[in-house]
This record gives sequence, C-alpha cells and structure tokens, in this order.
Amino acid sequence: MSELENTGAPGVAGDPTMLSAAAQAQLKKVKKQKVLLMGKSGSGKSSMRSIIFSNYLARDTRRLGATIDIDLSHVKFLGNLTLNLWDCGGQEAFMENYLSQQRAHVFSNVGVLIYVFDIESRDVERDLATYVNIVSALVQYSRDARLFVLIHKMDLIQPMLREDVFDQRAALVRRKTAEAEAVMRKHLQQQQQQQQQQQQPPPQSQPSPSPTPEPSIHLQLFATSIWDQSLYKAWASIIHDLVPNLSVIETQLASLGAAIDADEILLFERTSFLVVSRWTSREGERNPYGDRFERMSNILKSWKHTCSKYTGTPRNAEQFSDFEYKMGATFSMFATKFTTNTYILVCMPPGEARFNSAKLNVAAARSWFKFLDGPVVQAQQPQATGYPGYGEGSNGGEA
Amino acid sequence: MSRVSTEDDEVSADPAGRPSRPVPNQQRLQKKDGVRAPDPTTVQTKSKPRLLLMGQRSESLFLESTARIQKDSLSSFMEFDVWDFPGQIDIFDNPNLTFDMDAIFGEIGALIWVIDAQDDYLESVARLNSTIFHLYRSYPHINIEVFIHKVDGLSDDYRLDIQRDITIHIQDELSDQGVENAPVNFHLTSIYNHSIFEAFSKVIQKLIPRLGQLEAMLTNLCRTCRFEKAYLFDVNTKIYIATDSTPEDMASYEICSDFVDVIIDFTEVYGSWPRSKRWKERLEGEPWCQPLEDQVACEWAESGMVLADAQRPIMLRQVDRSLALVAIMKEGSYDKMPQINMNVDVVVKGLTEFFEITKPNQTVVGAASGMVSPGLGQG
Repeated sequence: MSELENTGAPGVAGDPTMLSAAAQAQLKKVKKQKVLLMGKSGSGKSSMRSIIFSNYLARDTRRLGATIDIDLSHVKFLGNLTLNLWDCGGQEAFMENYLSQQRAHVFSNVGVLIYVFDIESRDVERDLATYVNIVSALVQYSRDARLFVLIHKMDLIQPMLREDVFDQRAALVRRKTAEAEAVMRKHLQQQQQQQQQQQQPPPQSQPSPSPTPEPSIHLQLFATSIWDQSLYKAWASIIHDLVPNLSVIETQLASLGAAIDADEILLFERTSFLVVSRWTSREGERNPYGDRFERMSNILKSWKHTCSKYTGTPRNAEQFSDFEYKMGATFSMFATKFTTNTYILVCMPPGEARFNSAKLNVAAARSWFKFLDGPVVQAQQPQATGYPGYGEGSNGGEA
Repeated sequence: MSRVSTEDDEVSADPAGRPSRPVPNQQRLQKKDGVRAPDPTTVQTKSKPRLLLMGQRSESLFLESTARIQKDSLSSFMEFDVWDFPGQIDIFDNPNLTFDMDAIFGEIGALIWVIDAQDDYLESVARLNSTIFHLYRSYPHINIEVFIHKVDGLSDDYRLDIQRDITIHIQDELSDQGVENAPVNFHLTSIYNHSIFEAFSKVIQKLIPRLGQLEAMLTNLCRTCRFEKAYLFDVNTKIYIATDSTPEDMASYEICSDFVDVIIDFTEVYGSWPRSKRWKERLEGEPWCQPLEDQVACEWAESGMVLADAQRPIMLRQVDRSLALVAIMKEGSYDKMPQINMNVDVVVKGLTEFFEITKPNQTVVGAASGMVSPGLGQG
C-alpha cells in the first residue's frame, strides 16, 4: 500500500485546480481489469474469492466444490472499476489446456495474475514447475501484468514457524519467477529477431513489440489464511493498484483528515470491505497495530454477517448505515455510508463537539468523492469544508 | 472496555489448597423455600459461588479431557470458582480416592452436568442420577444444570427427542428412588453457536442476588425507551447476567453479543495505546480550553449502530469495568438518541448503585431492600 504522509495541509483539496483536466478525463474512463486467479486444485482460490467478494464466512467455504474450467465473474468494484475475475480451475487437465489451446485467450490483456500456493502441498517441485509455465505464458502475452503470489493456508503451519516457512518459500518463488521470466524474454527476443529477418508472422499471436531491456515483472508475495485477516491484507494490496484516481482520493482524504482533526480515516469498498485508501495523522502513525487495516476489514465483514443473520437480509446487502463509538476520554470513532460504493471510518480524538462537527463535515465532504461512484460526467468542484467549530458544526458543502 | 480483572481474590485457597467456605447466595436459597437456615459453621462474610462441572465429555467444551479436578477462578462482575471434574471418576464410589464431600458440595452454586448428545448417553445419565441421588440427601438446594452438549448437526426434532428421553430417564429413576422435584434444568448446547453462552448465562443468573430487581430495571428501561430487548452483559465472558422480561430470543442475544465483540476489537486497536503528550496538549488547548475528560459526556464506552434493514439501532453503554448494557431499539428511533441517552444514564447510575449494594462482602439482605428503583424520565 502506498506510503501516506501527514502532509495534508488544509485547503489542498479545496483548491479547484486539484481536479485538473487530465484528472477529469481520467474520471470518466471506466476501467476494466482482467484478473486471473490461478493455482493448483484445492489450493483455496474459490474460497478466498467467495469470502472477499461474496461475503462467505470462512467456515462456509467448505461447501464449495472444485471449480470446473474457468469461472468468470464480473465484480463491480467502486463505480468505474470492474474486475473481470477469472477463477481458473486448477486440475491438471485444465492447467494444460490454459497453457496450450487457450493460451492466448487466457493470458492476453491480463491486469493482475494471482497465483495461490497451498503451503501444505506434498509436491512442491511439481507446483513450481506448473507455476513457471504459467509465469512464462503471462510474460509472453501480458508483459505489464502484476503478479501476486499468495502462500496460502498458513494457519496449518505452527505460528512459531510461519515466518521462516514463508520466507523460504518466498525466496524459492522469487528465484523461479526470475528464471522463468528471463528464459521467456530471451525466447521472445529471439523470436522477434527471427521475425524481423524473415518478415514472416509467427504461428502464434504477436507479442507486443518492445525489444528494450525491460524491468523484471512486478511480483508481490503474501502469506495468507482464510481464518484471519491476512487474506484482507493481500487483497487490499491487489486492489489498491487497480483503483482508478488513487492519487485524487488520497489527496482528498488527507485534506479531509486534517480539516476534521482526525487521527485516521479508512475508506472501504462497500461489498468487500477492502480498504481502498486511507490516511493517518502523525499521532495515528504511533498506533502499534500495523495490521489494523485488514483487521478492520475482517471485523466489519464478520459483523455484517451477524447482521445479515439477524435481519434475514442477503449477505451482500447493505447491513448497517451508521455507527458511532465514543470510548470515554480515550478516542472516538464513527463509520458511515459515504458514497454509493464506499463506507468511511473515521477515528478521532475524544470530545463531543469535535465529534459532532467531524460528522457534519464528513457528510459535507461527500461531494468531493462523488467520482468514486462511477464515470462522472462533471466532477463537481469541491467546496471548502468548515473547520471544526465549537459545537456549531459548520456545514461547508452540500452533500 | 478494559479487561482488567477485579480486586484481588481474598477468598483464595488456604495453603492446603482447600478454599475457605463462603456461603453461596444465601438469600436466594432462603427466598426459594424459606426453610433452610444457613449453616452456622460457614463463614458468612464472603460469598463466592462455585460452579461444578461434571459429566463425560471428550473434547472441545473445555479443551482436552480433564484428568484431575481443575479449580479456576472466574473474576468478573462477580467472582466464581469453577471446578472442573474429571469425566471418568465416580466420586461416590471410588475405593482409591476419598473426597471430602462437604468441601466439594458444601457451598456450590450450581452443578453443571455435561452429556454428549452424539454419544451413547445412557451411562452418563445413570451416573448423573446417582450423583443427584447422593446430593439430594445432604444438599437438596444445589441447582443441577444438565447441558446436553454437541447438539450441532442434529435435527431440531432429534434434539427434542433426546432431551425428552434424558428427562424421562432422570425423572423416572429419581422418583423410583423417592426423590421428587429435584431442581434439574436442561439446556441444549453447542460450541458452534451462542447456545453454550446462553446456557451459562442462565446458570449464572440463578446465582445473582436480587436478580428480579435487575430485571425490573431493564424492563422499565425497555418500556420507557421503546427498546425491543435489553441485556446486561459481562463483557469478558459475553454471559448476560440479566435481561428484560420479554420472551427469550436467541437471535437478539447473538447480535448483541457480537456487538460487544466488535466494540472490544475496536477498543483494542484504537484505544489500548497511549497518546503523546503533545497530542493531548493540543486537544486541551485553544479553542477548547478544557481537559479531555471534561470534553466527553460519558466516562466509559458508549456506542450506537443503525442496522440498515429497518433502521433499527443497537446501542451499547458500558456500566463499569466489566458490565455493559446492550439493547436493540425500535426502528427509526435513532433520532431520539439524546433522550434515550438520558434515560440510559439514569439506569446506569441505578445499576452502579445496585452492584455497590449487593457486593458480596456486605451484609446483603438488609441493604438491598433499601434499593430505590431509578426514576426513568419520560423521555
């Protein structure tokens, strides 16, 4: 996730030049991202997908059967980002098929490849061999794709050993990835040279022409388990880079945070409750819980589940609209529906007046973030929010 | 909500490992039958109810099989001793070991007997019967709470069948032996939902002095504020020690209990680390010019959440270190929060007084009758 600094001087977002012409153009674009979810059969791909995007409980995923071929789903994530999620069944026959007949179909135009390793797998060598083939295909057809490797089912490893086991496996995966990439790039280069010499198209579809020595593939590794918040951490990172207008969101959050005197602001996508963006004050940075963002996702998701059970409404439905919590003279916080696609959680210093004006100001700031709801026609010029007044809660903008 | 335990346990065991002998919950016993006078040999100043766990069980409820008597102290809003008995030992018929019956049963609050519903339970039932039979002669006032455990995975019909079967076995056997109306209660439990907590809640509630007063306060609050249901939770154990008089409702208990969990989690992440001096100084300086403590309305946790389906709010108010009031409100009543908060303030004050008065180390009976029920505003 990005490194945010507490630089949000008040007024930055209030500056109309913030949304430059370029940014406005960007806002209108609907972004579709092809996301491949791969890994050996039984490694837990469909389970994690169900937890993140369909609000399954971890224990409910036992009901899921094996995925046959490719399970395609479109996840509308924020207004103008749609994830085309390709959940690729991992049985060997399917894998071979992806790598041969369907190679171009599966591996072209990929935005993100998520590869899942089962840490308990007996045949690591074979897993890695398959992985190398997959990476090769990815490099061949989508050289700009991002690659995320999840070392999954870490809950099965003794807590004491987890870090070591993960580090070892991660090093191995990194090495294999680099090797696979180098081999494929070399191969592609040769192919290209041949092409140029023979002026003859190769039998397979053409890789994008760029013979310049390129940086190695973007690879990130995570240790995950469906039984704790580690899954949310990995998926928040995956999502993070795909979110359109990220810099705009971050700047706006920073100025909102400074304006209302918050210690932390988290912006959640409304269905998955993944943290889309966040801002932390300098005091907030002192919080010793480094995993608090994914923990918040986890807590709120399971709370949603409780609510859905109680109200009898569908799992994916909206479950709560407003939440506030004041813990004496320690801190206060509130969470509320923010834009159509997001929830906002604000953590504050204690104080009734401060709290009330912050709530009003957050409501007023909604219009700043309207672009999160989709391809906006005309991004409104943000209006200056009132600063926390004493009790009066200056109502700066129109929601 | 901090999880600091309450005051030091002064009733702890003497060096020999035998606890001193508090009188459990005397007034309740008296209230119940009005006959039995307190045993003059017992120490009267302290009362620390004891829960006795017995019965066969192979796993889960208390982790590994218990091989010897485990004595734990559960210290929260009240202090309890929990004695966990090995499942295999028959304490009444064991030539190798002799137990001091008085030490074990003399002052227990409740005997919890666990039966594995997924196993052949007849032997356990027979053992329970002989236990009840032995106890009934010397200690007729012990509550026998039968947990028919591991009912998850069994159909509703089958659960009730089992319960009926067990009930009949116990009653028939006991009446054959001439024991009528033994105080035996049944609970269907599972660790895969909240039923085990609910069962414990009910067991504990029977040990609380003046439970009726507590319930009346909650009922009154529900009526005044139009709450659907209110619970007084022990935060650490998620046991509810009182609720209002509306019918039992597992679903509302579950959501309230989970809400307590959410609050505990948030508190840990954002409330458990010290803020800097600079931060505090800034917040107490211009334009507020007040210590932070004076800038807040409530010393402890207070929270509210609106459920989206029918705009039904849930509210939570911490009463003291270990207790929290949690209530489900009527739809659309979130706007009335300020008035509701005033009523809740009054009840919280009442509850605080209540627990001050009924503290075990005071002479309970006389003081409690002077309890004034809190006047709820007409909010």
